[in-house]
Amino acid sequence: MSLVAREISYAYIPGQYALSGVSLTLEPGEVLFLLGANGSGKTTLLECLCGVRFPQAGEILLDGAPLSSLPPRERAKRIAYVPQFPEAAFAYTVEEMVLFGRAPHVGPFGRPTKKDQEKVEKALELVGIYPLHKRAVNTLSGGERRLVLIARGLAQEAPYLLLDEPDAHLDPANQHRILSVVRDLAKQGLGVVATTHNPNSALLYGQRVLLLRSGKTLAQGEPFVALSPEILAEAYGITFQILGDGSGPRAFIPRVERKA
Amino acid sequence: MRRAGLVLALCLLPLPIVFGSLLLGRMDLGAREVWASLLGGAVPETVRALVLRVRLPRLLAAALVGANLAVSGAAFQGIFRNPLVESRILGVSAGAGLGAALAMVLRSGPLGIQGLSFIGGLLAAGLAMLLGTAFGGGILVLVLSGVLVNSFFSSLVSLVKYFADPYVQLPGITFWLMGGLSTVRWADFWPLAAASAIGLGGLLLLRWRLNLLTLSEAEAQALGLPVKRLRFLTVALGTLLTAASVSVSGVVGWIGLIVPHAARALVGPDHLFLIPAAAGLGAAVLLIFDDIARTLLPTEIPLDILTGLIGVPVFFLLFMRQIRKGGGWR
Repeated sequence: MSLVAREISYAYIPGQYALSGVSLTLEPGEVLFLLGANGSGKTTLLECLCGVRFPQAGEILLDGAPLSSLPPRERAKRIAYVPQFPEAAFAYTVEEMVLFGRAPHVGPFGRPTKKDQEKVEKALELVGIYPLHKRAVNTLSGGERRLVLIARGLAQEAPYLLLDEPDAHLDPANQHRILSVVRDLAKQGLGVVATTHNPNSALLYGQRVLLLRSGKTLAQGEPFVALSPEILAEAYGITFQILGDGSGPRAFIPRVERKA
Repeated sequence: MRRAGLVLALCLLPLPIVFGSLLLGRMDLGAREVWASLLGGAVPETVRALVLRVRLPRLLAAALVGANLAVSGAAFQGIFRNPLVESRILGVSAGAGLGAALAMVLRSGPLGIQGLSFIGGLLAAGLAMLLGTAFGGGILVLVLSGVLVNSFFSSLVSLVKYFADPYVQLPGITFWLMGGLSTVRWADFWPLAAASAIGLGGLLLLRWRLNLLTLSEAEAQALGLPVKRLRFLTVALGTLLTAASVSVSGVVGWIGLIVPHAARALVGPDHLFLIPAAAGLGAAVLLIFDDIARTLLPTEIPLDILTGLIGVPVFFLLFMRQIRKGGGWR
């Protein structure tokens, strides 16, 4: 049981690689954070992993079988993609939106059944937003919308959950809330990949990290081992310092010159 | 569930309206006479002929045209992810107009008009879909192709009008383009019924999946949907409905735009409920418009004029209400 990328490369324009030779292994129970500057290939990698894009070189193996050989519905039963924001053109309710996650389990001309409805309720309770189930998604706060999409990913009942910047545009409390939910889901056996712009999210909530620069792997491994001020400086082009509390590093922050 | 009850009520709504409309017309009939004509009771043969051969096919055609335009409008608004799109977005009515105009210039009779306009409508929308898919099948490309095909075919209609006989053919073409059901008989009704059965049936089967097409393309793909194939199928079914309707009724605007919005305001945006609700409401609304068209003045009022005159203010009110509520549209 694992989601494996082997030396995958992807180019939007022939010859210009957004991703080149990236490998990773995700086991169930782990949260893997993808880090890197804007345009470093995080989202491309995520979209390749969930099968929306097909890498031009290398391969992705889902539990040993090539991802590209799976029919879309089978793939969606095993990998769920959680975008940053809901992009529906109409004001669906929370319940309706989460029910869309049941799509791979509903036949082409079918409609969701009572059983699907129950799974939706379970997913909403798991992320703690069941009381919102009758509300229109577009009337919710940013944090609540993010939870709706995570619930939709859970309703999909896929063993792998891929999240696009789950902590972006949120206040610290909501960041903590979302990432705790994500960490707890991994503890229950899901394999999670999440992109982020915050190295500290990886330190606090992740088991593994992959740092990209210009589409190539710069560092990979356990967050405390793989990340250092030097390597972050290389990735983002500014200097970082470590904040510690005696027991070891707690956070990386940019070094800011203060004028006296 | 309350919403399911409301949908059922909307779907049954056209039935009493059809019955009521059978009473209305140049010659007012009583409920008993209509009832007896329908069930084969004792009524004068002229009354029976009026009810069964003139009014009934026209009213059933009105109901189907209304349902078809509303359902294809709702489906198109969904898959194009745009609340301002309507059933004619891909140039169907311009193509149908060209077919009808040509048929009139060629003097090919009522069924020729219906047939050629149906083919013209399918041809125009098919061309728009072909152009759209050739350039990647994205939503914007498809809409743009529709706009282009629409204006191209409109120019062709003008060209035919320019060369048409101004005393005999031109008025016919102009009236056809303003829409109306006064000439509909059973022979016109059956092809419409067959196309409606395919189109409405298909979209009803697909209706829950239509929801997923209103998400972003990446989301829909990640949910395991064959996005392009499903979008193509939906456009094909919607086009069949629109072309079949326009070929019978001429150009009737606004139903395909307003009724889906009204239905959405009543039962919400979930296509599982929206599609059947739009069908019932569309049929009811067009039946009422047609009643007004044939009874308000001594001569028939073209349908497109009525739907425009009443439809625009109604749309404005709906739009304002929706904005004030802050919901419905994003």
